[in-house]
Amino acid sequence: MELQKFQYDNKTVKLFAYATIVWGLVGMLAGLIAAIQLYLPAANLALPYTTFGRVRPVHTNAVIFAFVGNGIFMGVYYSLQRLLKARMFSDLLSKIHFWGWQLIIVLAAVTLVLGKTTGKEYAELEWPIDILITIVWVVFGWNLFGTIIRRRERHLYVAIWFYIATFVTVAMLHIVNSVEIPVSFWKSYSWYAGVQDALIQWWYGHNAVAFFLTTPYLGMMYYFLPKMAQRPIYSYRLSIIHFWALIFLYIWAGPHHLLYTSVPDWAQSLGVVFSIMLLAPSWGGMINGLLTLRGAWDKVRDNVGLKFLVVAVTAYGMATFEGPMLSLKSVSAIAHYTDWIVAHVHVGALGWNGFMTFGILYWLIPKLFQTNLYSQKMANAHFWIGTLGILLYAVPMYWAGFMQSSMWKDFTPEGQLKWQFMDTVTKMIPFYIARSIGGTLYLIGAVLMTYNLIKTIKTGTFLEIEEDEAPALKGEYVAHSKDHWHRWIERKPIQLMVLSLVVVAIGGIIEFVPTFLVKSNIPTIASVKPYTPLELQGRDIYVREGCYTCHSQMIRPFRSETARYGEYSKAGEFVYDHPFQWGSKRTGPDLARQGGKYPDSWHYNHMLDPTSMSPGSIMPQYPWLLEDQLDGNSTMAKIKAMKRLGVPYPDGYEKVALSDMEKQAKEITANLKKDGIETLPDREIIALIAYLQRLGKDIKSEKITDKK
Amino acid sequence: MSALFIMIGASLLIAIGFLIAFIWSVKSNQYEDDYTPSVRMLFDNTTIQKKENEIKT
Repeated sequence: MELQKFQYDNKTVKLFAYATIVWGLVGMLAGLIAAIQLYLPAANLALPYTTFGRVRPVHTNAVIFAFVGNGIFMGVYYSLQRLLKARMFSDLLSKIHFWGWQLIIVLAAVTLVLGKTTGKEYAELEWPIDILITIVWVVFGWNLFGTIIRRRERHLYVAIWFYIATFVTVAMLHIVNSVEIPVSFWKSYSWYAGVQDALIQWWYGHNAVAFFLTTPYLGMMYYFLPKMAQRPIYSYRLSIIHFWALIFLYIWAGPHHLLYTSVPDWAQSLGVVFSIMLLAPSWGGMINGLLTLRGAWDKVRDNVGLKFLVVAVTAYGMATFEGPMLSLKSVSAIAHYTDWIVAHVHVGALGWNGFMTFGILYWLIPKLFQTNLYSQKMANAHFWIGTLGILLYAVPMYWAGFMQSSMWKDFTPEGQLKWQFMDTVTKMIPFYIARSIGGTLYLIGAVLMTYNLIKTIKTGTFLEIEEDEAPALKGEYVAHSKDHWHRWIERKPIQLMVLSLVVVAIGGIIEFVPTFLVKSNIPTIASVKPYTPLELQGRDIYVREGCYTCHSQMIRPFRSETARYGEYSKAGEFVYDHPFQWGSKRTGPDLARQGGKYPDSWHYNHMLDPTSMSPGSIMPQYPWLLEDQLDGNSTMAKIKAMKRLGVPYPDGYEKVALSDMEKQAKEITANLKKDGIETLPDREIIALIAYLQRLGKDIKSEKITDKK
Repeated sequence: MSALFIMIGASLLIAIGFLIAFIWSVKSNQYEDDYTPSVRMLFDNTTIQKKENEIKT
């Protein structure tokens, strides 16, 4: 057997590690800025770009796709090569992958700050970036599969299975959820509307958690945890079983984000059932990780990286226990829309993803630079500050969530709602402050790590050329049974890639064809009409400013909600909502029936200074909406796009849309004038008022005719 | 509810894909040995003995 010499590509791993650290700091800082604004709205520095509704998507996108994303690639590029005894398939692809991903991140940050957003949580990026993501993701997959095919190790270690599942599923989710119709270069409308959009979005959203934040990190756990502990994984058999069970179950759990909404009941129940079942494989993974350390806990004491990993796996266990519990309808009824969910996701993000990344970095950087960690003491300090930060973040948020929900549902003995919404907001302030302190501690820990690692890098020399040797697989493999038919393609990386693409594309085609063919058959409500051009423009401003990050538009059928907000929301009310704007959090009140609740002047003053209309409000001020001119030129294109999506505007309406728009704007301006407010009809605020005054009004005007 | 068809269709497609991958992995003896892989991954290139471990695959 002839030995082949080859070299590992450490440079790409190093670059991804650097990017992980840098974007981690940026993402956490963005989170902190957003968190502080919840009790100090003025912390937005009176700029639209730094206001909560725009910073929050920057934060979520940065920590998920930039911090964890680069973390994934760092872990995959390092472990894959060693597990397969092969260099990455192509240096060029690695380069395109790395720089392409960083370009996407920079574009994302810039566009989100500028308010270019699709308005779909965790999928906010506009269509040109979506296409770029698809291309770079395929490059990653090409590199991944190319390496697998050129491997010198027959067996695919379980971590690699996790990486494969990640690649395939994320590709599909991203493509299906991002189907949108471009209006201009930086504006598009989701292909789906209302209930459909919500289903697709949360199917994507939940599986982004599953296949971006979970499966690749589980794969990394299966490589780095045994490596650090120098112990084989507790049960390799369990790892295989839990892998297959996990990926089969995860994909169905999405609708648990939409319990008690207008989504069909059976879909909700399906989501619940699969979510409960997920507990088994999730805990299989956690137990496998923790039991690997049996008899080796002394190593956890001495190895700071392992310490981080132990907390990470424990946090994973807690979050994946909580997840199924939150998926129970009765628990969701309490927790949905509150800070409980925020606590839940941060146990996962800070604990599982963050600590796993830190642990790996503490182990990997000294290894890549052939030296010891600069300061164990500092790393230990990071560990404790970080852990404390997580606790200080999560506990107040759990408390706040439970408390706020209880207040929302509280009735007096006379049958009146006991608390004004504002009461439930002001009560949250101390918790928001505590949370931002927790977040600050966590960030300080990350800064300590950065300093520690820079010092480490400076004392070491980078291991650019790491040689290894292994016998080639080709031709020497003697099948235990007869050779499998699949073999022919395995030796042909390009063909395999093309075939994989075809397989993925079939998914896309199968999915889109029904949308072309099947006319929307949601229970329609005769009185629900398309938005007027001005309202549509207002809606786009609503989306741009990220109002959905704090306001829901979905009243659940509970007495506590119908008493506070009005009639519960019906599926048929959202048929023209491209995209849906149901939201997932009520930092402010629900807006589904906002239309007609207050006069136009109330909204005008409220946008200028929310506390003038509702004392104690923590909503930011939006003075720029009062000054900025509405871009009326886009109206025609927008109406055209909506028509193409099947919104029933009359034929040729796009031609008169602009004059209709101006007419409605003048009415609102005249209305404002009656209340002593002088403004011009071409200001953005007018459009926003038009939209807000329309919300939920269609079925108020007449008795509900819910035609099935 | 055409979105449900999309979702379920795509989910089924992925599930079937995973099923095929699973059958392939079992048939190609990926799981014939469920102990050695967990130990083999612990050996680094710095350890010369690894060659002996390689040969059996």
